[in-house]
Order: sequence, then C-alpha cells, then structure tokens
Amino acid sequence: MYRRIDQRKFKSMSRRELLKLTPVVALGALAIPSVRKPLLRLGLGFSDWASKLMFRSGHLTTTFSDSDLTPFEKFPINDYDVDDPGVDFDRWTLTVSGAVQKPGDYKLDQIQALPRLRQNTRHVCVEGWDVIGRFGGARLSDFLRSIGADPTARYVYVECADDYYESLDMATALHPQTLLCYEMYDQPLTREHGAPLRLNIPTKVGYKQAKYLTDLKVTNVLQRVGYWEDQGYSKFYGL
Amino acid sequence: MGTSAVAIEDTKTGEITEAVYEHPFIVRLCHWVNAVAVFVMVGSGLQIFRAFPSFGAKIPEKVLVNWPKSLAIGGWLGGALQWHLTFMWIYIGTGIVYLGYQIFSGNYKQVLFLPRDIRGVWPMLRHYFFFGAKPPVREAYNSLQKHAYTSVVVLGVLSVATGFAIWKPIQFSWLAWTMGGFHYARLWHFIVMWAMLAFVFGHLVMVVLHGWNNFISMLTGWKKDPEYLAK
Repeated sequence: MYRRIDQRKFKSMSRRELLKLTPVVALGALAIPSVRKPLLRLGLGFSDWASKLMFRSGHLTTTFSDSDLTPFEKFPINDYDVDDPGVDFDRWTLTVSGAVQKPGDYKLDQIQALPRLRQNTRHVCVEGWDVIGRFGGARLSDFLRSIGADPTARYVYVECADDYYESLDMATALHPQTLLCYEMYDQPLTREHGAPLRLNIPTKVGYKQAKYLTDLKVTNVLQRVGYWEDQGYSKFYGL
Repeated sequence: MGTSAVAIEDTKTGEITEAVYEHPFIVRLCHWVNAVAVFVMVGSGLQIFRAFPSFGAKIPEKVLVNWPKSLAIGGWLGGALQWHLTFMWIYIGTGIVYLGYQIFSGNYKQVLFLPRDIRGVWPMLRHYFFFGAKPPVREAYNSLQKHAYTSVVVLGVLSVATGFAIWKPIQFSWLAWTMGGFHYARLWHFIVMWAMLAFVFGHLVMVVLHGWNNFISMLTGWKKDPEYLAK
C-alpha cells in the first residue's frame, strides 16, 4: 500500500510543486518593450558570438558549374536607395585608412593588378532567397596584405558612394573566397551591381556585400556596424 | 521526489484517493518553457517566411502563401529574426535538458515508443475516431501517446537540424546535403513546423477531452486517481 497522507498535506505538497514553476512566469516580462528590446538584442548577440565560433577560416563554400548560374539578367539588383549613385569612374579611388602601413587612395588598376579569382558561388539574401552568380576580383586578403594591414585588427569597415556602409570581421575578410569584386559574369561590374568595386563574400549573407565602395578602413573599433545591422539585423551573419 | 505514489485520506469521510507523481519537476519545467519557445519560434518563423513566401531559388518567384502579419511575431524581418535567434537557444536548451533528464533518470521508459507498442496504436485510434471500445489502461501512457511523445521529440531534433542547415548552409554544408540541399532544407524546416503544429493541435484536443485532473498534473506533477491504478 502507498504512503498514507491527509488531504491538507497533499494540497501543500501539490502547491509546493506548482510554485517551483514560477520562474516560467518570468518569460511574461518579454511583453514589456523596455525589457524585450535589450533581451532580444542580447539573444541576437549570443547568436552572433556562436556564429563566430562556428566559422571555419579554412572551410570553402561550394562552387558551382557554369550551367548552375542564374542568368545575369535575372540576378536581382538590391539597393537600399538608388541603383546608380553616379560614380565618376575616371576620378574614382578606394581610400584606405586605419591600421595599415600604406594608407592612401588606390586606383582600380592597382587592385586589378593583384591575382584575379573567378568563382561561381551562392548569394544568399537574409530574406531567404538565393541565386548563384559568377564573380571575379582580387582576394581581399591579398589586398590587405599589399596595403600592410594589421591582421590582428578586428574589423574591415567600408563606406560606399550611396552612403551605405558595412563591416566585416577580420577572419571573414581574410577568407580565401572573400573578394574585392570588379567583375560579374566575366564582364566589368555594371553600375547597378556596384561598379566599379563591390564586396563578394560567399560566406556572408547578402547585405554584407556592399556595392560602390569608396572607403576601406582597418580598425579595432566600429563607430557603426552596417546599414542594416544598425537597424537590428545580425552583426555577423555568417552562413 | 522520493515517493511516487500516495494514498490521500479524506479526514472527514475516511475515503481514500490515490495519487501518482507522474511528471517530475524537470519535465514540467521543460514542458512549459518549451511551449513558450515553440509558440515564439513558429510565430517569428512565419514572419521570416513572409519576407520570401516561396521555396527554391529566387526565380521564378511564386508567392506560395500570403501569411497574414497578424498571425506572426516580430513585426518585420529584422524583429522576427531577433525573436527566432533568441528563442532557438531556449528551445534547444529545454530539448537538451529534457532529453538528458529522461535518459539519466530512466523516466524515458514511460513514454518511449518501442516496436512492442505498435500493436497498441490501432485500438487507440479506433477508440478515438471510430467509436471502438476503450482498450484497458495499464500504464501512464498508452501506445498512441508514446507514439506522439516520441515522434514530437524526433520532430524537435529535425527542426533544429533543418534550422541549422538553412542558418549555416556553409559551415554545416553536410547537414544541408543530407536534406537534399539548401532549398530542400528550407522546405523541410517548414514541413517539420507544420508536423509539430499538428501534434500541438492533437495534444490540446486531448488535454481538453481529458479534463482538469489530467491538465493539473502537468503543473503539480501529481495525478489523482489515474486510470491505470483502478482495478
């Protein structure tokens, strides 16, 4: 036979068990905006931290055959603002600053003098769609080496002709498939795809792949992270 | 814990009611935290889906479902991603704690669906859907319940695996590969969600059908007069 107890004892026993669950009620605090916002930022930050741990510098993303390519005409043109910010190609330079030995203005042919890499890689949008494109350019790692960038600095920050801005963690910047891209589908970049120079980072989501680059800075401190990141999107978003 | 069953004596009438401690604290805690997490994951997931309500590559873009914003959490894509990427850790956490507890305490034995439970499924289905006689109740969980609670754990694991395949398709490229690639992984993630919602629906119907005494046992752990104790 079971242990015999009276009703009152059973009630207090049940109540004690019920009260043990009160921490669950704390989740209700998420209904309060002033609690919710920092908590969700914290959660996103934790995901970014975990993403950094998951990123493997030596791990290459899949490359595709030419028959898998999305036709160039169908490669989406995504902007936050204008398709063509009206860059003057003749006077264009990439202004380099920060933790580098050789800061200054770099012309496109100086970047094109570096070994060229062409790759068919997947371009994944934060919205969930993706396309496979052909990109050509210089490895960002080669460029960083040529300007004497400090590889122990934490970020590479870029600004664009359309006032877009972005940043990359150094590990991703040094990844062998991260390109300073000046070609798509073996042709010079068109204006709406970011001419004369854009980023192509197959290990990152689309919004990291800034177009119409004008400035590049190697730095340990970011005043701002990126156009979309500063509105609440993931700061790291590695794939 | 300690005692898993007691006999409650009514001090006035001397009547005896038996009660069994069915749901250990860890199981109850994980159940309720996970219930909140599933709610948030589904709601924010559907808001994320709204940003590209289709499957496959960008082109051709077909709007598969016009999922209403009012039935989603987060308000916008960035907000939904914040909810999703926060609660996924809570979701995974409760899953790990629950499974760990079940395995190490041996408590899994009462819910794990085994081959010998297969023949008990049909009589239960017949009872619920085709007015068949109620099979005798011998355990806390009948074969159909074991099937449901084992399946949903499998669905939980699949939801995490498919989720990682679309969140990190490069770092976990092998995972996406096992699902038929990046596009299929996204589709599987969606299908697993609906399968889980089907479970939740059935689960809630059963909770309503089985009444207060049964419901309260997931809060206090104690179930009065369980059928399997009756002669």
